[in-house]
Amino acid sequence: MNKIILAVVITTLAACGGSKEEKTPESGTESLSGNISIDGSSTVYPISEAVAEEFRKEAPSVKVTVGLSGTGGGFKKFSRGEIDINDASRTIKEEEMALCKEHNIDYIELEVGYDGLVVVVHPQNNWVNEITVAELKKIWEPEAQGKIKYWNQIRPEWPKEEIHLYGAGVESGTYDYFTEAIVGKSHSSRGDYTGSEDDNVLVQGVSGDKNSLGFFGLAYFEENKAKLKAVAVDDQNDANGKGGILPSVETVLNKSYAPLSRPLFIYVNSKAVQRPEVIRFVDFYLASAPELTKAVGFVPLRPEEYKAQQDKFAQYHSSKK
Amino acid sequence: MNRIQTNRIKDKAFQYFGVFCTFFGLAMLAVFVLDVLRKGIHRIDWDFISNLPSRFPEKAGIFTALMGTCWILILTAIIAIPIGVAAGIYLEEYGKRNRFAAILEINITNLAGIPSIIYGLLGLEIFVRIAGLGQSVLAGALTLSLLVLPIIIVSTRESIRAVPRSLREASLALGASKWQTIWNQVLPAGGGGILTGVILALSRAVGEAAPLIVVGALAYVPFAPSTPLDEFSVLPIQIYNWVSRPQQGFVTNSAAAIIILLIVTFLMNGIAIYFRSRWQKKVKW
Repeated sequence: MNKIILAVVITTLAACGGSKEEKTPESGTESLSGNISIDGSSTVYPISEAVAEEFRKEAPSVKVTVGLSGTGGGFKKFSRGEIDINDASRTIKEEEMALCKEHNIDYIELEVGYDGLVVVVHPQNNWVNEITVAELKKIWEPEAQGKIKYWNQIRPEWPKEEIHLYGAGVESGTYDYFTEAIVGKSHSSRGDYTGSEDDNVLVQGVSGDKNSLGFFGLAYFEENKAKLKAVAVDDQNDANGKGGILPSVETVLNKSYAPLSRPLFIYVNSKAVQRPEVIRFVDFYLASAPELTKAVGFVPLRPEEYKAQQDKFAQYHSSKK
Repeated sequence: MNRIQTNRIKDKAFQYFGVFCTFFGLAMLAVFVLDVLRKGIHRIDWDFISNLPSRFPEKAGIFTALMGTCWILILTAIIAIPIGVAAGIYLEEYGKRNRFAAILEINITNLAGIPSIIYGLLGLEIFVRIAGLGQSVLAGALTLSLLVLPIIIVSTRESIRAVPRSLREASLALGASKWQTIWNQVLPAGGGGILTGVILALSRAVGEAAPLIVVGALAYVPFAPSTPLDEFSVLPIQIYNWVSRPQQGFVTNSAAAIIILLIVTFLMNGIAIYFRSRWQKKVKW
């Protein structure tokens, strides 16, 4: 019953709202109403939550809800048309694209910010200051399981101490991204490490173990700087900065912190962009993202990149009218 | 040393072992509760209870999650108690003791041991998609009802099985029908035990996050549900969300939300114990 009323409200709004919206884009927000449902990545969740919170002041009668069923779980719902927007910490996979096609779901992919993955060790670890991607691969690839057990197996001058590994759990988009960037194949790594979906658990693990090496999101490092030591990562490609590069807002932004900085996305359903409140919300998302991504611990895109995303979206939703 | 003495020593040893086991569990609980209280108690005030979720940990509140939890609790109780108790009565009083009953019994016990996320997947397919309820409180409550039904059924059976046979026979001898006997004698006599089972079941439902995440409970909902078909969030999901955030403020919030969740559970248990003791005073054999 509720659904029917909602559908009627939305269609009437979509029918009469479009032209009004164009004339007075700013003052039109007051009269917007309807529901916008967002789900997906728990990494992107804080950004969407912040935007939804701010949007409440902008358009109080639009009900925006945000879930956190994970990038993959979100895409499953997205491909059935059950949600309007999916938060994603990686790009859509082929099989997810196929599912969308099957259900006649068309969509647009928009970048909303960056996240850096930090390689960390215990603060008393005085031998590792920088590490190459090849060395990280040697540590994390599936063949290393049970073999690479001591620091000196990675570099002979490092001590013959055990190495203890901590990393994102295999269900997370973070794990997919890290293995793709380091091992070269998504979702493939050694299994004998301590994994957790909760980065705070990894922070605890690395900070309490002198022989530890781990990786997690930049925001978690920034909040726990005193207990951890970041390792500079060298991708041995001098084109984007020479030698080991430490993660920071600047190095993630200018892309010299490669390959461990990743873009974060939202995917918007094409049917949803026919509704004025969704158009307004996504515009608002991209306009407030520079400030809000920073506020919740991520790295914003550059202004011209946001402009490009805004233009891409404007073109997309006007083509769907 | 003779055999009597060794047996006495064994006896004492087992007694101490039992005491140790009892206090081990309690001590763990105490450590956990104290830790949570230390971290979260200062965060609890009226604003925390009445505010909407927010990106600022000090402004964030649990209002919508608490309301969602109340809705889930009430709806689950309305759905699961009648079905569970009725199923228990059927199996114990009417059902025949045959092979089919034995298979049914084993399956119900097995259901109690299935991981809760599986119920979430089932609920997503049946209630959210096939029944078309969407990601609503009702779909969540139906899923949790499935989850707790085995607990209610098993405890109903146990407690009405404990009602003395003589009581039933006396009632039947006085000319009461089978249904009158069950309604007027067996159920009141077994009521205390049934209530305990119901409370255990509902306490479990209140603490579940995994199946509800699958069914589609959300983390950021800026409104409390006003009908059973509205979207919702619950306290365990809010706790799960906050505890994994980088900012220390959110971790404090999750401790505070855990305290609220504990209070809800304790209150429920308290009410149940109160009713049970009143009930037991009334029943005189």
